[in-house]
Amino acid sequence: MKITVNGEDRHVDAPLTIAGLLANLGIAGGKVAIERNLEIVPKSAYDSIGLNDGDRIEIVQFIGGGA
Amino acid sequence: MTKQASDTDPLIIAKRVFSSRLIIGTGKYKDYAENAAAAEASGAEIVTVAVRRVNLSDPSAPMLVDYVSPEKYTFLPNTAGCFTGEDAVRTLRLAREAGGWSLVKLEVLGDEKTLYPNMPETLRAAEMLIGDGFEVMVYCSDDPIMARELEDIGCCAIMPLGAPIGSGLGIQNPVNIRLIVEQANVPVLVDAGVGTASDAAVAMELGCDGVLMNTAIAEAQDPLRMARAMRHAVIAGREAYLAGRMGKRLYADPSSPLAGLI
Repeated sequence: MKITVNGEDRHVDAPLTIAGLLANLGIAGGKVAIERNLEIVPKSAYDSIGLNDGDRIEIVQFIGGGA
Repeated sequence: MTKQASDTDPLIIAKRVFSSRLIIGTGKYKDYAENAAAAEASGAEIVTVAVRRVNLSDPSAPMLVDYVSPEKYTFLPNTAGCFTGEDAVRTLRLAREAGGWSLVKLEVLGDEKTLYPNMPETLRAAEMLIGDGFEVMVYCSDDPIMARELEDIGCCAIMPLGAPIGSGLGIQNPVNIRLIVEQANVPVLVDAGVGTASDAAVAMELGCDGVLMNTAIAEAQDPLRMARAMRHAVIAGREAYLAGRMGKRLYADPSSPLAGLI
């Protein structure tokens, strides 16, 4: 299936959970926040939420910045 | 010395108590290590941070939180770069999920060249955020009427600009900053425009409760030394404000007695 992660199109094998996606990308889940189709995904749901074809995922973190 | 002044004069924002009145940004530093050292030298207890996409091509790149720890500093997520209320709310909801913090810095920009705030949009975003349970410290213009409206809808700190973000021009409109301070019942912090230590002292002497800065420290030739200078400037300005300055007179007034002159 095709999903969009941080604006980039990616082909991934279904089924895939949020946790699985993070593992594929090599990202530690503890320090990021995730949005799926403009809805926040709670950390507690990373294991249970499966991705669908066409999903738009944003993975963000805190970086340096003032204003 | 910091302790003595602050023990009796804490900064209280949304029921949180701080002894430092300096908030620093975490952008524009050479690297996160320098950033962490500057934060330490400044004595700041609150740091403002941005929310951005993880770099997927290099997910193991150094992370801010590994250097500037949210255990040690109060993280104040900001909405830098947001031009609409919806973008700002979206950004801060993600920040709350990432770190669990409800105290946030709202800024909704209206112009790319001046980074001047879009005030109608800022008010709208603040209302949405407060309705969603956030405690909102708000970057705003130095218009006292706007400041009052932001306080009326429930913002926990009013943060007018002293001059455009990153300009280092100092406090351009001290009269307005003072008007805002006099009417406010929540903390007022100058956010943006400070260029050097005397600018921070001026803000504090005007009666501001604190100062937020980033570029003045990060772009100094020696950021650590400037961080120290800012720490002292904020304390000096606060103490001078509380001490109550002498009146100004047009002509000289000798400090030595005139009686007993030979």
